[in-house]
Amino acid sequence: MKFLRKNIDKIKPNFEEGGKFYFLHSVFDGFETFLYAPNHVTKKGSHIRDSIDMKRTMIIVVVALFPAILMGIYNTGLQHFIATGQAQEFWPMIGYGLFKVVPLIAVSYIVGLGIEFVFAQIRRHEINEGFLVTGMLIPLIVPADTPLWMLALATAFAVIIGKEVFGGTGMNILNPALTTRAFLFFAYPSWMSGDKVWISGMMNGEGVIDGYSGATLLAQSAAGAKEFVNGLGEKITQMDMFVGTIPGSVGETSVAAILLGAIILLITGIGSWRIMFSTLAGGIVMGLILNAFAVNPAMEVPWFEHLMIGGFAFGMVFMATDPVTGAQTNRGKYIYGFLIGFLAILIRVLNPAYPEGMMLAILLMNVFAPLIDHMVVQGNRKKRLKRSVIIKA
Amino acid sequence: MSKTFRIRKGLDISLKGIPENIFDSDNFPNLYSLKPIDFIGVTPKLLLKEGEKVKKGEAVFFDKYRPEVKFVSPVSGTVKEVKRGEKRKLLEIIIESDSSNQAVEFNMKDYDLDNSEKTIALLHQAGLWSFFKKRPYGIIANPEEKPLDIFITMFDSAPLAPDFNFILKDKKEAINLALRTIRTFTDGNVYLNFRKDSELVNIIEDQNQYEINYFVGPHPAGLPGVQINQISPINKGDVYWTLNGVDLPIIGDFLLHGVYNPERIVALAGSEVSEPKYFKTILGADISSYIESRLKTQHVRVISGNALTGSNITESNFLGFYDSLITVIPEGDTYEMFGWALPGFNKLSMSSTFLSKLIPGKKFAPNTNIHGGKRAFVMTGQYEKVCPIDIYPQLLIKAILAEDIDKMEQMGIYEVIEEDIALCEFACTSKIDIQEIMRNGLDLMIREMS
Repeated sequence: MKFLRKNIDKIKPNFEEGGKFYFLHSVFDGFETFLYAPNHVTKKGSHIRDSIDMKRTMIIVVVALFPAILMGIYNTGLQHFIATGQAQEFWPMIGYGLFKVVPLIAVSYIVGLGIEFVFAQIRRHEINEGFLVTGMLIPLIVPADTPLWMLALATAFAVIIGKEVFGGTGMNILNPALTTRAFLFFAYPSWMSGDKVWISGMMNGEGVIDGYSGATLLAQSAAGAKEFVNGLGEKITQMDMFVGTIPGSVGETSVAAILLGAIILLITGIGSWRIMFSTLAGGIVMGLILNAFAVNPAMEVPWFEHLMIGGFAFGMVFMATDPVTGAQTNRGKYIYGFLIGFLAILIRVLNPAYPEGMMLAILLMNVFAPLIDHMVVQGNRKKRLKRSVIIKA
Repeated sequence: MSKTFRIRKGLDISLKGIPENIFDSDNFPNLYSLKPIDFIGVTPKLLLKEGEKVKKGEAVFFDKYRPEVKFVSPVSGTVKEVKRGEKRKLLEIIIESDSSNQAVEFNMKDYDLDNSEKTIALLHQAGLWSFFKKRPYGIIANPEEKPLDIFITMFDSAPLAPDFNFILKDKKEAINLALRTIRTFTDGNVYLNFRKDSELVNIIEDQNQYEINYFVGPHPAGLPGVQINQISPINKGDVYWTLNGVDLPIIGDFLLHGVYNPERIVALAGSEVSEPKYFKTILGADISSYIESRLKTQHVRVISGNALTGSNITESNFLGFYDSLITVIPEGDTYEMFGWALPGFNKLSMSSTFLSKLIPGKKFAPNTNIHGGKRAFVMTGQYEKVCPIDIYPQLLIKAILAEDIDKMEQMGIYEVIEEDIALCEFACTSKIDIQEIMRNGLDLMIREMS
């Protein structure tokens, strides 16, 4: 390993100011710090620093996403095999899933990281690790049949307009992964909605059984279905919803896998328990309110099923908890999370034009998060003001 | 009526090398220094040139904007060297001791210690006023502003901090005289803040003269900023004076004998010290030869003060004016392969992302590595976990970065100085230099408000 270090030290001067590859210094720095934690020591302030850094933080989120990725690969294969009437054998299904999902991940990373590298270079910054997570979130919240060019365009839009124009990681207002999803949804509505895109292979009809419907549970609920069924008309049980063997975006169907990720985020303290908890509470409250009135089939969907279908669980664990776009104060986090859960179910049920309320609820609350924080901080400010007035009087 | 305050937020960083309550041999070397940079907010004007003779207690420099605040030599001898930095900034004045013990003497019989105005003037003249600091801003107090109360900290909660019970227990007479005198400086309260169950409280006479309070909880419970916030939060326009308990014996000793005698018991601690113990020395003493034989390894950082707020004295080797602790930790200028991915059984971290969290009570020997690159603010809620003062540290720091005076005021800048949020800097995932930003903000406030 000394050998590697020696060689890196040897080529390093080329990438420093005045070197012939200076225009690539951010990229070099990115790879070097990936291989070796740097040798920088504290020059001012506290002499000792916590061992955690942005790389470790982001890697832990990616690790927490792994169960959802694996389940997404399996389910992509499974849904395709059911729809085409093939025998459901494990390895062929995994193989098909990999064939569909890996290109999505690759395109998202190549496009996003490419743009990040360019911007880091222009700004002479180190490369931000934020996209390690965003790049993994994007393929998990799109349908498996999303064309790669569309994904590339949407990712580029989200990274440039959603993040870099604001100043890069840490400065953005909207969650970049959800910006990608929203871009796809609004720019290509005919492709991105309907009953076909959710099951891989259905868009171009590759041997799909005649009359097979790929409608998601949300679409069925919006259409007034009394009972959730799969494409063959068989009843979908609550167990199916929990395990995730239902049509939907790649990584968001399996509540079980998302729960595993949530446990990792909560144990390590990387994900905010305040936001997760309050989002869940908000969803339950709205679900109960709707159930109490229950004037149409969509409102009759039991509150606990709402938590298991669509992108609710995934959004709650991985999207709402984004520290940059969420509320920053502890009290603000409760309000922010609660409103996300509350609005997500409300939009989902009462506005059938947008069956997935979670995306819109989070994006909306992203915009309102600074306002929530402002109000929370006003409380602190007023307390201080009041204290000084009482004493002066 | 004494109260017990429970501090919940904060962090006790468990480091290796806690000093044992044993005295090592004394350290009275040849060289001593006065560092103007120890005194925040002071613009030094030098009174002596290189090669000139100086008595113990004789002024070496004074504050340009408040000439009555003098900084005096800790020993008698000759000015050996005046070190300057960029733009001729005065960094250090090194004095070589001649061991003759010639001192500036005051006949204490001529002074009535009940007359606070005259006593304060005397302390100025004798060079002891610099022990008195004020809030807001944490700079040397100005007697023209009447303090509402005076806060005296009788314990230190910082990592590897010296045990005040041990270093102050034999100073009963001097401490009590100092306290009696300080009592006359304010019509408000004199707060003495002890660690819960401290034995030190027993040496205090006339306890009904003071407000004695106890504190429980992790660092920063021992900082005056936190204690003031618990007892009587600072509002705009308020002035409080603060004093560190370790300085009381020096003040008391002067009031007894009329001679400045800045002797102090100092702890030598840290993972790289072979036998961490206490030793007697003089403020500003050269400690290089003393610590040399007491180190386990050589590639170390020597810190005057604690690992969170102290100053790096690896090069210069002189004990700081306000410090009663020398911390020695390993330098961290090494690479670590895949550092971000290792399980980390030996990694010190507040987060639960390293497996070291699984070993309760583990002691760490962290080095000076930053552990990562500088980033924009990303994570939230980290600062709040280690800041018991009811401010929003991240928003205050952002207000300072924006140089928005109104926002800084609203966010409570009067209530904190950099040491109060040093733990935020330790915990920061984005490796932001919070203490430096904080001091810049305070400097800006001082400029704007004067």
